[in-house]
Amino acid sequence: MEEQLAFGCGHTAEAEIDEKLEKIEAAIEQFRTIKGALIPVLHEVQDVYGYLPEKILQIVSRALNLPMSEIYGVASFYHFFSLTPKGDNIIRVCMGTACYIKGAQALLDRFSTELKVPVQGTTEDNKFTLEATRCLGACGLAPVLTIGEKVHGRLVPNNVPKILKEY
Amino acid sequence: MKLLTDLDAIRTLSKGLLDNRRITGQTPESIQFRSVMVCGGTGCTSSDSNAIVDALNKEIANLSIQNKAEVVRTGCFGLCELGPVVIVYPEGIFYSRVEVKDIPEIVEQHLLYGTPFEKRIYEQTRKDGEILNFEETDFYKKQVRIALRNCGTIDPEVIDEYIASDGYTALGKVIMTMTPEQVVDTVKRSGLRGRGGGGFNTGLKWEFAARQEKQQKYVICNADEGDPGAFMDRSILEGNPHAVIEAMAIAGYAIGANQGFVYVRAEYPIAVQRLMKALDQARKYELLGDNVMGTGFKFDIDVRLGAGAFVCGEETALIHSIEGFRGMPTPKPPFPAVQGLWNEPTIINNVETLANIPQIVLNGAEWYASIGTEKSKGTKVFALGGKVVNTGLVEVPMGITLREVIFEIGGGIPNGKKFKAVQTGGPSGGCLTEEHLDCTIDFDTLTSLGSMMGSGGMIIMDEDTCMVDVARFYLDFTRDESCGKCTPCRIGTKRLLELLDKITEGKGTLEDLDKMESLSLQIKNSSLCALGQTAPNPVLSTIKYFRDEYVAHITEQQCPAGVCKSLISYEIDAQLCKGCSLCARKCPSDAISGKPKEPYVIEKASCIKCGVCFDVCKFKAVMIV
Repeated sequence: MEEQLAFGCGHTAEAEIDEKLEKIEAAIEQFRTIKGALIPVLHEVQDVYGYLPEKILQIVSRALNLPMSEIYGVASFYHFFSLTPKGDNIIRVCMGTACYIKGAQALLDRFSTELKVPVQGTTEDNKFTLEATRCLGACGLAPVLTIGEKVHGRLVPNNVPKILKEY
Repeated sequence: MKLLTDLDAIRTLSKGLLDNRRITGQTPESIQFRSVMVCGGTGCTSSDSNAIVDALNKEIANLSIQNKAEVVRTGCFGLCELGPVVIVYPEGIFYSRVEVKDIPEIVEQHLLYGTPFEKRIYEQTRKDGEILNFEETDFYKKQVRIALRNCGTIDPEVIDEYIASDGYTALGKVIMTMTPEQVVDTVKRSGLRGRGGGGFNTGLKWEFAARQEKQQKYVICNADEGDPGAFMDRSILEGNPHAVIEAMAIAGYAIGANQGFVYVRAEYPIAVQRLMKALDQARKYELLGDNVMGTGFKFDIDVRLGAGAFVCGEETALIHSIEGFRGMPTPKPPFPAVQGLWNEPTIINNVETLANIPQIVLNGAEWYASIGTEKSKGTKVFALGGKVVNTGLVEVPMGITLREVIFEIGGGIPNGKKFKAVQTGGPSGGCLTEEHLDCTIDFDTLTSLGSMMGSGGMIIMDEDTCMVDVARFYLDFTRDESCGKCTPCRIGTKRLLELLDKITEGKGTLEDLDKMESLSLQIKNSSLCALGQTAPNPVLSTIKYFRDEYVAHITEQQCPAGVCKSLISYEIDAQLCKGCSLCARKCPSDAISGKPKEPYVIEKASCIKCGVCFDVCKFKAVMIV
């Protein structure tokens, strides 16, 4: 969907592409001269598009004079970067130790059952992506998860249907 | 530009403000001005502490009592369990789990009339009808705050407050009155050891880099806190970012570097934002830049975001990540102090390590060395988590016992359950048992017991935790995080995980235990970096201390804690079941049948053991057998 939006037709979509592309170009300009520019630029791409679209990586490849193979190597190494688009709402269930001990697995399983998607999967309507994530560092609220910017803490699996209804 | 004299002026100006943020023992009637500190750490922000700050300001404006109180958003108080937390000075009244709707009453009763708002007072501060200040509670009284200094007493986004709290005095002292050799010597004599996991003497590391005769050297702050369950580095960056900046500048002066990098997790947005703000402020005051404090000393700091790779906590991997490559470690030597970032001499220190430096410079190496044990000096911050009453961040002197931390400070195990194990050191550490509770916490004792200090995660487990499952959890983590460069780690962790999976599924044999032990030792001895060398620790320590549990999984096909899915099944107790049909309606695999008002039954063949029935039953009629 993101792909269509970025490269489809229609005025709004085009305006949006330009705006997004401009941000990427600005980031490339900002980091071009520093050593080790690739990762900061990839952060910007991920931030703007929600993932790393291949066409944008090709632009990065030309601008930074780095082969696509090397960019792919870096992008696929780090968990934070994604090469595939995600749903509108990303559910990140913390799987840090404190949360795991307090039942994060059951929480994750319940999301999987309710949404009928496996972990790391996206629902058919593209509304949710379910992820198991590394420690969010909010261990006092364990088990904890984030949906977008919002943090939900001190949960039991029975809270899941109600949380999903909020979106 | 701010010269030393300007800093002194700021200090004099703001001193009064900070003086008000301590417990004075004044009678409520005599208090003219109160400081309301609201925790703005990640934990409390998640439970909406920003809305509390706004509500407090609004209410104070409504009652026009700005002359009677200030509201400060601070760093972490440590007791995340009770967030959002609000502390009112100078009485030291501790409010827990505050809600926005409480604010009008808190402001009117406490700030206007001087009577604490009863409803949200932290229970532990009540004693014989009186309200104690929070420092007298079990959670706080044994703590010694050096690295966490200022977390909870200053606004981390205001540089003047840090300066007023003796900030940048150590940097001034170092540049004006000490030679680089003297700085290195001070840090060396303090006995400070790296807090990120390695435990190497910090001063020695600095000395190696200082000795290199190179034009270009670097100082890196490792804030890639990847150990699940540890969040002290984040809390320091959120609550006292200038201490880290000051320490990096001191390190730069000591080793002869003019450029620093902070490598921080992208998953820590609040910490990154406060750090960036602090860097801007420090540059504006020329405490960073081409002419620090007008002395000609040059030092600046850039921020690099991590991208979620645990192995990047390893020094050489971190360096390659900053260089823009896959974060894979390289063999040492050459050590980074000789050949590091872009092949130049580089020191890498963890956030908590650095946060100690300004205090060591100000108070002297002897002062720091007087705290702690013979070989582990100073304090250590621990992130208490898991099955413990007071989850949160604590800073204690080295040499304290596990029992004191878990049962006195941590308040013991909740819900009347029994303590089973404590895991220290995260995926690189091990699990210790009840018999170790009276052992002291220091680098060498923990290592000799088969665990390690690590970065300071301390996860408490109770009788409902399956130790085989815990080992499997950690191996799943390290297997996933192994960078794949060396074979023992890449393949060894996978094979080890397969054996653990087999046991948790009830298909293991006793020979598997021997295989796991010998494979673990091979991985430990032949892996390239610390990730692989320590990855088997959770397995080895659980086999050593909880062999019975492994044997129960293998010979009896039972999981004593009732966790491993393949070894448990769900049943409905006909006596307790009221026939409400809720479980049958919620069951995703239609495995539950029955008639309303009569006991329901679970059809084992179609049960997928998702546990929904267990969770939803209001009568506790669903049992794990």
